[in-house]
Amino acid sequence: MKARHKRLAYLAVGLAVLAAAAVLVFQALGNNMSYFFSPTEVVEGKAPRDHVIRIGGLVKPGTLQRGQELTATFVVTDNAHDVTVRYTGILPDLFAEGQGAIAQGRLNADGVFIADEVLAKHDENYMPPEVAEALEKGHQQGKAQMSGDQP
Amino acid sequence: MSSRLVNWFHFSSPATFYPLAGRLVPIFAVIAVILIAVGLYLSFFVAPTDYKQGEGYRIIFVHVPAAWMSMFIYLVMAFWAALGLIFNTRLSMMMAQALAPTGALFTFLALWTGAFWGKPMWGAWWVWDARLTSELILFFLYMGYIALQGAIDDTRRADRAGAILLLVGVVNIPIIYFSVKWWNTLHQGASVSLRGDVSMATTMLVTMLIMALGFWAYSIAVALKRVRCIILERERDAGWVGKLPEIRA
Repeated sequence: MKARHKRLAYLAVGLAVLAAAAVLVFQALGNNMSYFFSPTEVVEGKAPRDHVIRIGGLVKPGTLQRGQELTATFVVTDNAHDVTVRYTGILPDLFAEGQGAIAQGRLNADGVFIADEVLAKHDENYMPPEVAEALEKGHQQGKAQMSGDQP
Repeated sequence: MSSRLVNWFHFSSPATFYPLAGRLVPIFAVIAVILIAVGLYLSFFVAPTDYKQGEGYRIIFVHVPAAWMSMFIYLVMAFWAALGLIFNTRLSMMMAQALAPTGALFTFLALWTGAFWGKPMWGAWWVWDARLTSELILFFLYMGYIALQGAIDDTRRADRAGAILLLVGVVNIPIIYFSVKWWNTLHQGASVSLRGDVSMATTMLVTMLIMALGFWAYSIAVALKRVRCIILERERDAGWVGKLPEIRA
């Protein structure tokens, strides 16, 4: 074995051990690496109750109610479970029904999430408005056809 | 060894690489200027407005290519560091050293443009989610490498220490890349994946790729320019350096 083969072997073994260590660390960390809990995790009690946590999901369409003095109430859903969120403050521009949002705060005794910060989450799709419109139209037509096919 | 068409070790000699790099620098510099000029024009005047984010999304044309470069340059540095450790080639270590400031620059640019993008869209300059945090760690890795490499006077030891730091830090690159897949993050997923799935309009994608190629050419030009300086500094006692016209003058 030449000296450089030996060094190559050391390096390969070293990197493999390092990679294994990293995998184990992140396995152990598990969900702690996540930025927010989903409504399902909150409802199932996987999220700590008496702690400031973040929950994230879609703002359920038709649930956003603006109350007095900048207080807004809305439902965050992951299409399996819902959590009601109350927030007083200015909502980000991208915040809208049907869009992703992340709220930071804690659950009160009634199971309502009292948020002190709300962030809007957007997805990885970028397109001109015309395309978005066309897609939406196609989606609606497809839906209409689907329901039309059913007797 | 003689049966190979190109003897790569030939180019690993600083004396042969120095003039070659000198010839390549202006070529890549011109490519970089043209591509970035075209890319910026497309970014501001040709690419369509986004349906959701309006005009604000245009920062993507700097943000994403910068973030790609920050990760890619790190991988290239780690590659040179590994070569340097295995083959004891001086030039490999010099290449790693030459790339570091450019990598740090792009990492900083990605973080900074990300903050500018995050404030209007998400509502926060900075959040401690997995993507943002791991990219910040990448910035610290670059800084740590530069500091460690510069803190040791004996170049051979400095190179070896820096190379080991670089190789250990490689673990961070897949973490950055896959963070948005493995964990819940505020940062959205990738619009352009390694498998070739694209979720953006063609004009936007082309603009982003042109900017990325421009950044690529810029990085090559700057790194070659820098490696020439490093070669001169480290080989100042070598005979061939004394014979260079620019040194004799």
